[in-house]
Amino acid sequence: MSTSLNRGIQAMIEQIDAPMATFFSSCVHCGLCADACLFYTETQDPKYTPIHKLAPMRRVWQQEFTFWGKLLSKLGLSKPVTDAELAEWEPLVYDSCTLCGRCSMVCPVGNDIAYMVRKMREGMVASGHAPDGLKEATRRSIELGSPMGVTINTLKAHIKHAEQETGLVVPLDQEGADYLLVLSSAEIANFSEIIPAVTRIFHQARVSWTMASDGFEATNSGIQIGSSDLAAELVNRIVKAAERLKVKYVISPECGHAYTALRWEGPNLIGRRYPFEVVHIIELLDQLRSAGRLRTEGMDDTRMTFHDPCQMVRRGGVIDQPRNLLNMVAPNFVEMPDAGIQNWCCGGGGGVSANPRADELRLKVFSRKKSQLDAIKVSTVVTSCSNCRSMLEEGLEHNHMDLNVIGLTELIAEHLAPAEK
Amino acid sequence: MMDHETLGERLAQQGVSRRAFLKFCTAMASLMALPPGTATAIAEALIKARRPSVIWLSFQECTGCTESLTRSYSPTLESLIFDMISLDYHHTLQAASGTAAEAARETAMKENYGKYLVVVDGSIPIGNPGYGAHGGVSFVDHLQQTVKGAAAIIAVGTCAAFGGIPNAKPNPTGAVSVSDLIKDKPIINISGCPPIPAVITGVLAHYLTFGELPELDELGRPKSFYGQTIHDRCYRRPFYDQGKFAKSFDDEGARNGWCMFELGCKGPTTHNACATTKWNGGTSFPIESGHGCLGCSEPHFWDAGSFYTPLSAPTVNIATIAAGAAVAGAGIAVALGVADRAKKRRAQQAHEKMTVKDL
Amino acid sequence: MDTQQLMDFVRGPGLQFAAAVFVLGMVYRMLHLILLGRKKNLAEPRGGEWGPGLRTIWHRSIQSVGLTPRGHFIIIVGYVFHFGFLITLLFLSQHIDLLRTLLRFGWPALPPGLITIAAILTIGAMIALLVHRFTDPVKRLISDYQDYLTWTLTFLPLLTGIMLKQGIGLGYQQMLIVHITTVELLLIAIPFTKLAHMLTTFSARWYNGAIAGYKGVKV
Repeated sequence: MSTSLNRGIQAMIEQIDAPMATFFSSCVHCGLCADACLFYTETQDPKYTPIHKLAPMRRVWQQEFTFWGKLLSKLGLSKPVTDAELAEWEPLVYDSCTLCGRCSMVCPVGNDIAYMVRKMREGMVASGHAPDGLKEATRRSIELGSPMGVTINTLKAHIKHAEQETGLVVPLDQEGADYLLVLSSAEIANFSEIIPAVTRIFHQARVSWTMASDGFEATNSGIQIGSSDLAAELVNRIVKAAERLKVKYVISPECGHAYTALRWEGPNLIGRRYPFEVVHIIELLDQLRSAGRLRTEGMDDTRMTFHDPCQMVRRGGVIDQPRNLLNMVAPNFVEMPDAGIQNWCCGGGGGVSANPRADELRLKVFSRKKSQLDAIKVSTVVTSCSNCRSMLEEGLEHNHMDLNVIGLTELIAEHLAPAEK
Repeated sequence: MMDHETLGERLAQQGVSRRAFLKFCTAMASLMALPPGTATAIAEALIKARRPSVIWLSFQECTGCTESLTRSYSPTLESLIFDMISLDYHHTLQAASGTAAEAARETAMKENYGKYLVVVDGSIPIGNPGYGAHGGVSFVDHLQQTVKGAAAIIAVGTCAAFGGIPNAKPNPTGAVSVSDLIKDKPIINISGCPPIPAVITGVLAHYLTFGELPELDELGRPKSFYGQTIHDRCYRRPFYDQGKFAKSFDDEGARNGWCMFELGCKGPTTHNACATTKWNGGTSFPIESGHGCLGCSEPHFWDAGSFYTPLSAPTVNIATIAAGAAVAGAGIAVALGVADRAKKRRAQQAHEKMTVKDL
Repeated sequence: MDTQQLMDFVRGPGLQFAAAVFVLGMVYRMLHLILLGRKKNLAEPRGGEWGPGLRTIWHRSIQSVGLTPRGHFIIIVGYVFHFGFLITLLFLSQHIDLLRTLLRFGWPALPPGLITIAAILTIGAMIALLVHRFTDPVKRLISDYQDYLTWTLTFLPLLTGIMLKQGIGLGYQQMLIVHITTVELLLIAIPFTKLAHMLTTFSARWYNGAIAGYKGVKV
């Protein structure tokens, strides 16, 4: 079945639940959400007002689920949503929204607008209106196993390199291990130092772990494009691998939307509870720290700060753990303004960085992150999401800012105390 | 025999001093808010005036209006009006009765055709004529016959002016006001239950002086007496403005003379001169005596909800309706909720799984 | 229909009708929204839903995530409006008389002078917000006819109330009829417009807090 306007509308109808209807009912058009969204604040273009992104779906709700809407619709007095409108809204829904959820925190009547945009994407993709870049990434994910085209061979090459570097074994397809680690393509391709880093950490902390050759990709383009069906297929690969290897835990790596996909949406996508628990890599490191199993030595006294990945912190609930870890090794750690669950998005998440059409926009709105960093004059930014990391590097370069960007796991690994014999 | 000498001659006969007469004219001028010099004009006009014939018709009334005008414990200025007019027909006051009284009325009508005044108190039943008749003639017919040659009609009391108590729901007699029946004569409504006697007197004095009825409001009442509300001139108004209200009769607020809005006073919506002219020769008026205004000079004051319900509160039961509405709302919500969930379920069942081919 | 009959109507059947529509509409709206339901969440919760949901209901009223001057303006003037409206509605003696007949209990009133001040501040806030809605680019884009209709229906009771109280405009009786009529129009409009947020805000904030609380985030 191909995409069509009707398929899109039906998908929206499926997605409208009690929260959606309540949110639509409650919006008083105050426009405060605009001030929370970096796409508005950095462009001052009112079309980026978060709730405005929902306008077509609001009409669907009105015409399908409200008394007067249904009546006027039957009498032929209402304007049905058109294909042209959805086409017009496509850039608003995909280029200027990372699902960061800052708007959801500010809305005075309590609307979770990011929740709403996520659901609207189901209708957009079913009607055929999604960015080409994101469609390509999703196609590659389904057909090749990775949005960036990273294959098991690439991974194996990096694993070999890591084993050489660390002198340790990187377990692959180890049945009965406690933890299954999955990675994002961006990490494998761009920040592969993560592999030796975790190898060394897990060795010191005596963590029983493995990776899986048939389920190593954590990135979920299905979530980003907004197709639950495709997202479910991608999550299922990890679930099947975890079940095959009979692990107790699956570690969600330094990738924002991977955590959302695996930890929070996953069981609902596949329709059943997991027989394992999901833990974010940073959560796990903090657990090891508080159990005394993770020991560091030495400090990095560079002035540094932490960029909160939206899907991990505000939308994920892993908030204090990065601070606990940074306090082990960074005496000159400073928080940026609005740090924590209120932090500003890097501008690259939610599929925006996979969408070349949005390049100019996301670099423009990086000015918000720039102003946060300018305020605290640090030389290093630490983060726990490979997509944020890429975006930060790109944005800093675009603005001629000479800051280092480093992953948190990598930073901890650099200061690992020698393992006990 | 009709006695139609001038008022001056009549007053001289009665031994009314010129001083007393001028005092009366000054009072009337002041009551009707006429300019100071008018008192003299009134005096000169009245002295020379021929005492007009007045026919007083009483229908469904309690006689309170007549009592208000005539009852006095000491000679009052109001009673002087009976020296200014020739009251040729009045059930309570006339000596004659039966056919003799009717003959007097008919003679007065014939001799003064086109010039006599008709005063009416009491409402007129248009239901079964059995509800009211004089000597076999129904009230309706009686009224219509009598006003044929009238110069003007004065409807005294809320019953004659608006229907009054008999007109209250369910109005079993079909009681109506004078203006409901008579459309081709000038009518002045002096409402009140009963009206303030000085108001009746003032209107008659005005007519005698100027030959026409005073300026009337949209309900036909003289503006000089009904142009303001009780609230506008109430001596307790400062308490209203300060928010000091009596909460129950004889509580501390009531004993302090505080405003009785919360006890149902209809002062703000009642037009009359009670707060300034007062009753019993200026002794007091209901509010001053500790009870809220009933609104008796307004139409349908008997059907305007309880006398003790404040003006800002509803006059009907809201709670029961609201409870019923809540149940109905819940029922509709459930019914439409079921329909909407079915719509969602249908969409879910028709859902075709998305594949890469769809991208 | 004369003035007295008009007054009897608005204090009687008119009010019954408006109250019925309001109650029916609001009960329907709230229940219908909730009955749409949510899919059961199969992910392992990190936190609860009820506690965080309730927390967000009050917390959303006092938090302000990094506001711009524009944001501060909207929130402060918005509060002046809401508080002013509630004070005027709930603490004027004559209104308490009305509410006492509905609820069977009352409470002390505030001095009438204070209510006048509150009402004037509320009117000022409403005018400021209307000007903002006409001039702010974001609000201009997202506003529709309903925003202007509800503004008018909310403004009229305030305006006619002040006129009634201070003796401006028509006489007391006529002004009372107008004032009560504007209130009845407002009551009828509430369930079918964004004004329903007076109740749905509570459930919306609850959902917001619950969704976040499930993941262990306090919003």
